[in-house]
Amino acid sequence: MAKFYSKTHEWALIDGNVAAIGISEYAAKELGDVVYVELPETGQTVAAGGELTEVESVKAASPIYSPVAGKIIEVNAALEDAPETLSSDPENTFICKIEMSAAPEGLMTEAEYLASLK
Amino acid sequence: MKLIFEYAPSKANDYIPASGAEGKISVPDFGKEIKLELPELAEVVVARHYAALSRMAFGVDDGAYPLGSCTMKYNPKINEYAASLEGFTDIHPAERAKDLGGAMELMYGLGEALKEITGMDGVTLSPAAGAHGEYTALRIIDAYHRSRGEQRKKILVPDSAHGTNPASAAIAGFEVVNVPSDSDHGVDIEALKRLADSDTAALMLTNPTTLGLFEKNISVIANIVHGAGGLMYYDGANLNAVMGVVRPGDMGFDAVHLNLHKTFSAPHGGGGPGAGPVGVKAFLKDFLPYPVVGRRGEEYVFERPEKSIGKVNAFYGNFSVLIRAYAYILSLGKEGIPLSAKTAVLNANYLKALISAEYPSAPGLCMHEFVASMENLKRETGVTASDIAKAMIDKGIHPPTIYFPLTVHEAMMFEPTETETKETLDYIAGSLKEIYAVALKDPEAFKKFPLTTPVGRPDEVAAAKDMRLTADM
Repeated sequence: MAKFYSKTHEWALIDGNVAAIGISEYAAKELGDVVYVELPETGQTVAAGGELTEVESVKAASPIYSPVAGKIIEVNAALEDAPETLSSDPENTFICKIEMSAAPEGLMTEAEYLASLK
Repeated sequence: MKLIFEYAPSKANDYIPASGAEGKISVPDFGKEIKLELPELAEVVVARHYAALSRMAFGVDDGAYPLGSCTMKYNPKINEYAASLEGFTDIHPAERAKDLGGAMELMYGLGEALKEITGMDGVTLSPAAGAHGEYTALRIIDAYHRSRGEQRKKILVPDSAHGTNPASAAIAGFEVVNVPSDSDHGVDIEALKRLADSDTAALMLTNPTTLGLFEKNISVIANIVHGAGGLMYYDGANLNAVMGVVRPGDMGFDAVHLNLHKTFSAPHGGGGPGAGPVGVKAFLKDFLPYPVVGRRGEEYVFERPEKSIGKVNAFYGNFSVLIRAYAYILSLGKEGIPLSAKTAVLNANYLKALISAEYPSAPGLCMHEFVASMENLKRETGVTASDIAKAMIDKGIHPPTIYFPLTVHEAMMFEPTETETKETLDYIAGSLKEIYAVALKDPEAFKKFPLTTPVGRPDEVAAAKDMRLTADM
């Protein structure tokens, strides 16, 4: 398994051809306390860089972009009742899992991503 | 503070004689099923309750209100005088048009003035608010495309747009396509060229943009959208910066909504009432909702445009707001309107210059508002835009809009408007500098701000997650 990051602050934890998608620690800090996560629909396809879903924090509603292209095969239903886990443990909380239709492109390793924030 | 339902019942004072009215009222059975537990209080208790509530609120009559994008200008009291005239308050919307000459003339005159200000050829006064105006205009745009045998599905919306734009487009049945910003926070022209196609119904744009910057490429943008067969829609939220100076119609826009409650000084905040008239170019006039007010000789009449999209509101829109807006337009007149816009721009630039060292914003001149970024302060001290906003409350200043637009980190969006005096602007700037100095010296203090309000820091997560909008009676 390998974890990669997008410029728009999402991560993809890649295991074979399935990627779990979440948001970075930095994104979670910027958003402030998350109060609602709109879960994407299973079966829906999404393009790399396309809008995956939306999260609402005490500051604003913000789009979450998909770092990879493919079909959504699983969503983290626990976020419905406990959206705050996206704030408290963002790097270990996935929003959904995507079966990739193409190899991911243009993503950064953790070291590269952390460097890009400086 | 108690809710009015929480007071112990109090009796009316005995020295007031009972009403002389006699007789029995017959209440049908279905009306007796619910026991109404209404508060039974002496008049003095009620009066004091509401007076206390009003002291807990903050309005534009209490102090400066630089809430960006909302144009919280002072509302001249002469507007209230006009709206309280008996000829306006004692009429009923179901009366015949020919018996309502004055009200009809007012609506016609206001429509003509708004056409002149926006450079449009037709207008509807029906929409009750800005977003309602957006929805109405999008329905008109959809009807226009359909009348030409086309069904265009996409609405282009810049990423810095007001949230109402994509929301209105979605409600009107369109697919929303995000247009990215370029490095100057304007529309990315190359991206627009790629996105505008034969499925594009319209581009929704506000000019000046949400960053308070004039969209310099507006002609290029209009050409690209028109070239693809799409229409140009002007979100009038920021008209206050250019009112009477440049006209959306001359910038290439085909339809526009105005927020009379912002730009034309009807009171707003707290949920309304608003008014969001829509203006359109001649080729869209036939699609306007009905009724529109027309003139035949000396008589004013309600008309139904040939291909009207139908009604969008009961009767004629929020009439009392229309009166206030017309009073405002007539009192400023042809010279006052552009002068007010120029003063709004001058005030914003004055405040921007005074605070630019501590509250950095985009270099150069702004229009009627500017967006400061508190990112550096947050990094150095942990004090956020939200913390600064809370501290401003203790200075008697309403905070600016924060965390919007999303394209700027730790955004604070200031719009002082033309109605604030130089002394008030100096006071705002002085207060902001003091707050900044505290942030550098004692960032921990901000956790407690504001200190002067009945409620200090509400639990924002609970407020957003567990909304309770009713009282248990």
